[in-house]
Amino acid sequence: MNYQQTEIPDYNFAYLDEQTKRMIRRALLKAVAIPGYQVPFAGREMPMPYGWGTGGVQVTAAVIGPEDTLKVIDQGSDDTTNAVSIRKFFARTAGVETTEKTADADIIQTRHRIPEHPLREDQILVYQVPIPEPLRFLEPRETETRKMHALEEYGLMHVKLYEDIARHGHIATTYAYPALINDRYMMDPSPIPKFDNPKMDMMPALQLFGAGREKRIYALPPYTKVKSLDFEDHPFVIQSWEDVCGLCGAKDTFLDEVILDDQGNRMFVCSDSDHCNERQAKGHRGPQNRDDSLTEEVAL
Amino acid sequence: MSRDSNILLSIRDLTMMYGSRIGCQDVCFDLWPGEVLGIVGESGSGKSTLLNCISAQLEPSEGQVSYNTRIEGMKEVYQMSEPERRLLMRTDWAFVHQSPRDGLRMNVSAGANVGERLMAIGNRHYGDIRQSAENWLGKVEIESDRLDDLPSTFSGGMQQRLQIARNLVTGPRLVFMDEPTGGLDVSVQAKLLDLLRSLVRDLGLSVIIVTHDLAVARLLSNRLMVMQRGRIVEQGLTDQVLDDPQHAYTQLLVSSILQT
Amino acid sequence: MYVAVKGGERAIENAHKLLAEKRRGNPDIPEIKTDQIREQLTLSVSRVMAEGSLYDPDLASLAIKQARGDLIEAVFLMRAYRTTLPRFGYSLPIDTGTMQISRRISATYKDLPGGQVLGPTFDYTHRLLDFTLTANGEEPLEAESSSEGVDNTMPRVLDDLLNHEGLIQQEERVSDESHEPVGDLTRQPLEFPADRDIRLQNLSRGDEGFILSLGYSTQRGYARNHAFVGEIRYGSVDVEIAPEELDFPIHLGEIDITECENVNQFKGSKTAPPQFTRGYGLTFGQNERKAIAMALVDRALRDKEMGEEVTSPAQDEEFVLSHSDNIEATGFVEHIKLPHYVDFQSELELVRKMRREQAEQHPQRAAE
Repeated sequence: MNYQQTEIPDYNFAYLDEQTKRMIRRALLKAVAIPGYQVPFAGREMPMPYGWGTGGVQVTAAVIGPEDTLKVIDQGSDDTTNAVSIRKFFARTAGVETTEKTADADIIQTRHRIPEHPLREDQILVYQVPIPEPLRFLEPRETETRKMHALEEYGLMHVKLYEDIARHGHIATTYAYPALINDRYMMDPSPIPKFDNPKMDMMPALQLFGAGREKRIYALPPYTKVKSLDFEDHPFVIQSWEDVCGLCGAKDTFLDEVILDDQGNRMFVCSDSDHCNERQAKGHRGPQNRDDSLTEEVAL
Repeated sequence: MSRDSNILLSIRDLTMMYGSRIGCQDVCFDLWPGEVLGIVGESGSGKSTLLNCISAQLEPSEGQVSYNTRIEGMKEVYQMSEPERRLLMRTDWAFVHQSPRDGLRMNVSAGANVGERLMAIGNRHYGDIRQSAENWLGKVEIESDRLDDLPSTFSGGMQQRLQIARNLVTGPRLVFMDEPTGGLDVSVQAKLLDLLRSLVRDLGLSVIIVTHDLAVARLLSNRLMVMQRGRIVEQGLTDQVLDDPQHAYTQLLVSSILQT
Repeated sequence: MYVAVKGGERAIENAHKLLAEKRRGNPDIPEIKTDQIREQLTLSVSRVMAEGSLYDPDLASLAIKQARGDLIEAVFLMRAYRTTLPRFGYSLPIDTGTMQISRRISATYKDLPGGQVLGPTFDYTHRLLDFTLTANGEEPLEAESSSEGVDNTMPRVLDDLLNHEGLIQQEERVSDESHEPVGDLTRQPLEFPADRDIRLQNLSRGDEGFILSLGYSTQRGYARNHAFVGEIRYGSVDVEIAPEELDFPIHLGEIDITECENVNQFKGSKTAPPQFTRGYGLTFGQNERKAIAMALVDRALRDKEMGEEVTSPAQDEEFVLSHSDNIEATGFVEHIKLPHYVDFQSELELVRKMRREQAEQHPQRAAE
């Protein structure tokens, strides 16, 4: 390990001391060896609050090297405040290069999204996880849920899906949609929209999940099977939009709704800002982004 | 071996101590397929302790509980691995609690209550699960339009019938019942007993039923065991035990019923 | 043309500047110094050290100043600093029997060897605002010190007095030979079931308000265990470390602590005769409220050991230990103000879809 001088001289490279990083790496190795299994680890207090990405930050700190380039997104975007704050943290404590381009990043730390741009084998995706236990809202007790995982007793999760269909005609879980990993462990994919679940399946990149407050780490090694829960006659489906991205015209991305005024006018834009910018640079245009007709369409 | 191979459940020298206090002591019996065994005695006689020990919910201090599993034949229940034991408990066995609240999920619909055991053993077809749930509601005389209602909107008798449906949906061979009519009005009790009797007969179930009510025991069970202070004091065919009790305690039990 | 909101970075920097400005307040008023906080807001300092799990009055004072007096924020600063400190080793257990006592009271005996030493306490003050303090008026009167001084070899109420008759439950001693290491929550994750060492560490670091309310709930009947304060001691104790290379301990310094031992009723079980049982509380600095409440909750959490039925929140180990840490709690509670556009977008779509479906099924109702 190269102990590079950081911008904050009183702290070690990437903030955590080397012993702590080794402890986290051991947990990561175990997590990779048992895909989807939640490994307890002695999470440290970090200088940002619990629930704001302390798990992801610790995982990133444990795997990042001085030569790596880091991208941080929150809600798919690089410039939301928490993403900015975490990116600055690593720029200061590790002196690493940062980027907003998915393709240029070695490590991508994310909250609530998977980038639209497909990831490669040489990339690592680090998720920030608030509640790692997919069974938590059915069974609050850790001692019980551990037993349920150990014995593969996941029937209760299907009871919830059954109730959704009986009541609404379809499964009403839209994010943090549970998935079965490698035909064995039930996993919470963190609060990403179910739109992103299929991207996890057989992904070439290594996916690491850190839950700081709950002190759990789990992982999906490259090319791991991820099966979103469903019924044979009510198969898993992802969200779709009637609209396209107002800026780049994309039809196949996750769209955020933007309220334009208090008259109920709104438009949709890609939640992945890098992907949207890339498309616009290539000349793609959405309905609210044509130089001629803009003023009118926005004012609708 | 040839004789034993027909036995469904075999209990040997079963003893449960709570510190120095006796829960039940030196209990031995066999249960045969299709047989309904009643366990009677006053409260505190150890019959619920015995039932919990037999049904793998309370590990006894001494003794064996062996069950004739479908695949591997006779196996000692407390020697099984936990996954194996839990699988047995939610497939081939069923347990009807005195209070439906202990046996139902009150916050999910009747359909989900019945469907849970099917989903737990891997059924992943919503339509099939729903269909089975509806059929079972029919069998326990609950209108199919109550399928999506919560059990908390049901009467006590309906809740108890729902609990029975939930238990029987996986086609168990052995059903444990702990005072299944205990909390119900007399008229509701009679209806439930009728239903239980026909279900047991039609499905060929083996049943161990604990009750303090000799009338319930007479109506449902082929064979009876009388418990006093943790021990079996008398056993035999139900009519024989009730009409011609030998043990003083049984005589007292029977006569106290007659007098009231 | 529509442009997505940008400039998170600049906004954050500005927010930080505003925060610094607010912290300073009116610049015409002299800036508060950290040594003033350390000397004059000692109970705040105690709390921040206790829940921050770091005994350092200077750092705690700095944290309080930086946090604009928000004690939980100050605890957070202490914790984040503490986590970066290297771990050289563990001290020897402190011996509260040899405490330099500033205060020692017992509620179970009127008079006892060593006597009741009131020390600095709010207990018998009338809670009337003292307006002379606004005017920075008088120097406080000097307290009279007893000519005999305080006897620092006071017997402990539970171990030395009650134990004579065998009336009090024996604590299991972690024997020096067993080398079973005492748990450390800052180095290993909390797992259930948790042993008492972990429970006590968790409670000692736990939020004062949370522990107080749980302790209170036991008194109001949610796991009532009839507690009396056997003894409260506040004072300073020596901290020693025994490095492996040496065969004698080295004195590192003194710390101020508050210790509370409660005596609780116990009716006895099949194996144990009726006797009194114990609850234990310990905090850095002076904080009796926390120490007493902690002792109540500690006793409630010993339900399994006593063969008692778990009926109430204070007895529920997973509930108590998982929710006591105010840094975890405040982080997670406040994190819902972070952007949740993506989750919310998904929910928005779902609600619209369900409303559409309902309108199709019941066209009249929708038309009304």
